[in-house]
Amino acid sequence: METRSRNLYLIPYVLWIALFVITPILLIVYYSFIDIHGNFSLINYQKFFTPVYLKMTLSSFWYAFLITAFTLIVAYPTAFLLTKTKYKHLWLLLIIVPSWINLLLKAYAFLGIFGTFGFANAMLEVFGIGTKQILFTDFSFIFVSVYIFIPFMILPIFNALDKLNPTFVDASRDLGASGWTTFWKVIVPLTIDGVKSGCQVVFIPALSLFMLTRLIAGNRVITLGTAVEQHFLVTQDWGMGSTIAVFLVIIMAVIMFFTGNRKRGL
Amino acid sequence: MKKKFKLSNLYLVVIFIILYVPIFYLMFYSFNSGGKMYDFEGFTLDWYKELFQDSRLLIIVLNTIIIALLSAGISTVLGISGAIAIWYVRKVYAKNFLLSLNNVLIVSPDVIIGASFLILFTFVGIKLGFTSVLLSHIAFNVPIVVLMVLPKLQEMGASLIDAARDLGASRWDVLSKVVLPYITPGIFAGFFMALTYSLDDFAVTFFVTGNGFTTLSVEIYSLARRGISLNINALSTLLFVFTLLLVVGYYFITKRNARPIGLGARK
Repeated sequence: METRSRNLYLIPYVLWIALFVITPILLIVYYSFIDIHGNFSLINYQKFFTPVYLKMTLSSFWYAFLITAFTLIVAYPTAFLLTKTKYKHLWLLLIIVPSWINLLLKAYAFLGIFGTFGFANAMLEVFGIGTKQILFTDFSFIFVSVYIFIPFMILPIFNALDKLNPTFVDASRDLGASGWTTFWKVIVPLTIDGVKSGCQVVFIPALSLFMLTRLIAGNRVITLGTAVEQHFLVTQDWGMGSTIAVFLVIIMAVIMFFTGNRKRGL
Repeated sequence: MKKKFKLSNLYLVVIFIILYVPIFYLMFYSFNSGGKMYDFEGFTLDWYKELFQDSRLLIIVLNTIIIALLSAGISTVLGISGAIAIWYVRKVYAKNFLLSLNNVLIVSPDVIIGASFLILFTFVGIKLGFTSVLLSHIAFNVPIVVLMVLPKLQEMGASLIDAARDLGASRWDVLSKVVLPYITPGIFAGFFMALTYSLDDFAVTFFVTGNGFTTLSVEIYSLARRGISLNINALSTLLFVFTLLLVVGYYFITKRNARPIGLGARK
């Protein structure tokens, strides 16, 4: 009896998995072996291992790394200080609210702020540095990305810090450890899982965001995501786009393997 | 010690300012009669008037809301059945296998979801437009609902169902009188998350939207690529207010359940 009712629930769900999880992956893999003329070939994989694409992959990684690193540097202290405040869940909610604003609107805001006559340049003028080209540079791309990802990094770190038993910190201090040692030897190791999942939530999208590179970096930065979008929607070379997508999936799986297996790691 | 405390507060304040300045910057200039995102000339509501007279944009807003409500509703039903199915599975490896498949769409980058769905719809022969956007929104919302409902089911425990069965409840009674009432908070949280994911989505929609049909995010993107127009500012002010209302609603829903479900996996 129980099996029957289980199967009743299982059928629509398994159908969903088959149709929207497994089929798309298989189709992507299939298309990665199709060249631009519709024939079966390995040309896309050959192309991927040419310097053009390898360089793009490397620079995409470098940007994603920088974005993740800066986000972590900003987010960890914020999460740490948040757990010390009085109404910490209300403050956390206030940190989360901006992440619920449409990402494109935030990017659009920076078009105004970083524009030639925008707020940032007005500030530079006040300090006597003078007007600079801020928009369409690496700086603006990384700044806006970090801005967008900060809440996503804070959340898991906050949860990890919140779960941390304060008696460990007290014990460490009582046993004579300095504040610095307590932080590095007690607090950081006990919250490393939060950091890992935070990095995972930031790094993978950072590899693949294409609207930011288009709007903020003015096509100067090409990430893997931008390349996929370019091949699918502009040049209509679905085969090459799928090949890059396949590599993105592989990279993602590797990252998940290293940051995700919390239970086995402990 | 006192001084250190103040310094830390300063840091938090700076972070808050940085997080909120761009949003308020947008809202501030939506009242600028100068027509640019600098040099505030005078107060005007013209951009809002223009916004409400733009029937094309209003249709897009309506489309976005319809897609969000429909996809959230359908994916909630699918997600509940999925969560119950996973919960019924007793073998650990089968459960983990289903859960990993469930999580694929959550961790996949949007570009990949969008691109693969584009291939899928072309392959199956579904015309790009309302149907394809709705289907993909349902698709990426289902796993979110599952993740929101599953913890509630696990909290419930099997003995409650056994008791209901022993006392002669039919399968339908068990579902409607025992299981569903127990997991209602999870269902609400899941529906809400699905709603916000759908409203927020840009990348997936961008891939599968085709020519005739547009949602708000895609429209904002194409407007922003053309440069600055204060219509977008006015629109974003309205959206911000709307988002705030949603957040407040969400806050009260989770508050009523005594613990925030959506805000990370707190045990």
